[in-house]
Amino acid sequence: MLRVEDLHVTRGRTKVLQGINLEVEAGEIATLIGANGAGKTTTLMALSGLLPVAGGRLELTTEGETIDIGRTRAVDLVRKGIVHCPEGRQIFGRLSIEENLQLGAYLSDDRARIARSISEIYERFPILGERRTMKAGNLSGGEQMMLAIGRALVAQPKLLLLDEPSLGLAPQITEEIFGALEDLNREQGVTMLIVEQNAMLALELANRAFVIETGRIVLNGTGKELLDDPAVFEAYLGVG
Amino acid sequence: MSDYLIQQIVNGLSLGSLYALVAIGFSLIYGVIRLVNFAHGDLLMIGAFMTFGLVASDMVPWAVIPLLVLAGGFLAGGLIERIAFRSISGAPMITGFIVTLSASIAIQNLALILLGSQPRNFNFPEVFRMRFPIGGADVALIDLVIPAVTLLCALALTTFIRKTRAGIAIRAVAENPFAAQLMGISIGRLVFLVFAVGGALAALAGLFWSGKYGQINPLMGFLPGLKAFLATIIGGVGSLPGAIAGGYILGFSEIAFVGFLPPEYSGYRDAFVFGLLILILLVRPQGLFGEVEQERA
Repeated sequence: MLRVEDLHVTRGRTKVLQGINLEVEAGEIATLIGANGAGKTTTLMALSGLLPVAGGRLELTTEGETIDIGRTRAVDLVRKGIVHCPEGRQIFGRLSIEENLQLGAYLSDDRARIARSISEIYERFPILGERRTMKAGNLSGGEQMMLAIGRALVAQPKLLLLDEPSLGLAPQITEEIFGALEDLNREQGVTMLIVEQNAMLALELANRAFVIETGRIVLNGTGKELLDDPAVFEAYLGVG
Repeated sequence: MSDYLIQQIVNGLSLGSLYALVAIGFSLIYGVIRLVNFAHGDLLMIGAFMTFGLVASDMVPWAVIPLLVLAGGFLAGGLIERIAFRSISGAPMITGFIVTLSASIAIQNLALILLGSQPRNFNFPEVFRMRFPIGGADVALIDLVIPAVTLLCALALTTFIRKTRAGIAIRAVAENPFAAQLMGISIGRLVFLVFAVGGALAALAGLFWSGKYGQINPLMGFLPGLKAFLATIIGGVGSLPGAIAGGYILGFSEIAFVGFLPPEYSGYRDAFVFGLLILILLVRPQGLFGEVEQERA
């Protein structure tokens, strides 16, 4: 499980996170919702070791082993199974689909395992399998998102951090992506922390939800509880 | 075909290959970290002096010398990265330019102190000084060996970049360093690798250069380095095939300028070459094979 206690992160002179507390049980889908600039992406980047932690404790416990996230290099976090699927997909557009997936398993030397993982991705997203030699930049937005998720899965994540998976996608495609995430969670038990602007969708999917406001968690509960919370509705759901 | 023409074609191929060998390193390094390594040309000088020392010492068979020079260039290139570049990682790119420029001046002056400013003549092993006739022209063996080896290196490198895990990672870093990091790719290690591989090829060019012209000095790397950089720009910075093609375009134009105009013009060959670059860039600012760089988000 993931436990974040009193996380502080400073970017430049700005104190972006001022005491984030989160707990996500193994196998859960958690979501972090909030307005632009509230610190959602910063939280994910601290969790994947891309930003230095100014204060607080970040721990991931899997299979009896506890990782001190704040004191572990980003590379080792990937090796330990914390995989970050970044905002805007960030696939390698000039590389082929297959190469993108291979890079997901960059730290693994088990060729047979990698090949198996990649063929699983092709089964899950057949469109990727049909176009494996095509340059990833030629894929549509939704297909690129599938590739980004596939690339993260090949790394065999224990904790999958997803930053705005719905960004720039048509509603129907977004539903499809979220459906795939749900399947993944159910079938493989991957723990997920999803940052999302589409709060409605995220809350419907999530077992557990956190609302972040200017660097602090102001509300938490199950996805259902927050969906039914009038304050949340007004702030994040009313517009849509 | 007249024997004179054949001679000029061979010369162009040979000179173009040397530029290409050096240009590959420029292009690799730029491709990965968007940095022009101004000390890159000096690796040619280092390769030439290594060759000189190894030949003079008479301790290793000549066939082993190229391998040692490649290894030496690999280390020297990597050392430049470790000492000069790594220390400023995270600094703005302009700092990188200044640092590599300083490294170049430091290397040149160190060489002047250690090796003296006098140019040295030296004789390449007998085998390479052999000449033989092709269609009436009298061609030096080394002018054929140079393009052949260059082609081999280019093929090996292209295969490496296309097929191997490190090669795919290099392309990934070149395109999106942020996402590459998320894959667990250690960018520092790959940057070392491209400096080192570029260094090995530049040193090999130094070996050939010394064999072809028979004279070396501590400042010899500057002009070929600059011209190889031009070749990189002509081909499109960051494109490997572009760098190689740029090298040959430059080599052939330079030889054509010297070979087919009256001899009194040949002193202007460098002016001609740099003028050519300006013309090409006027028509294609991104170079012949370059892609227009997208602003990174």
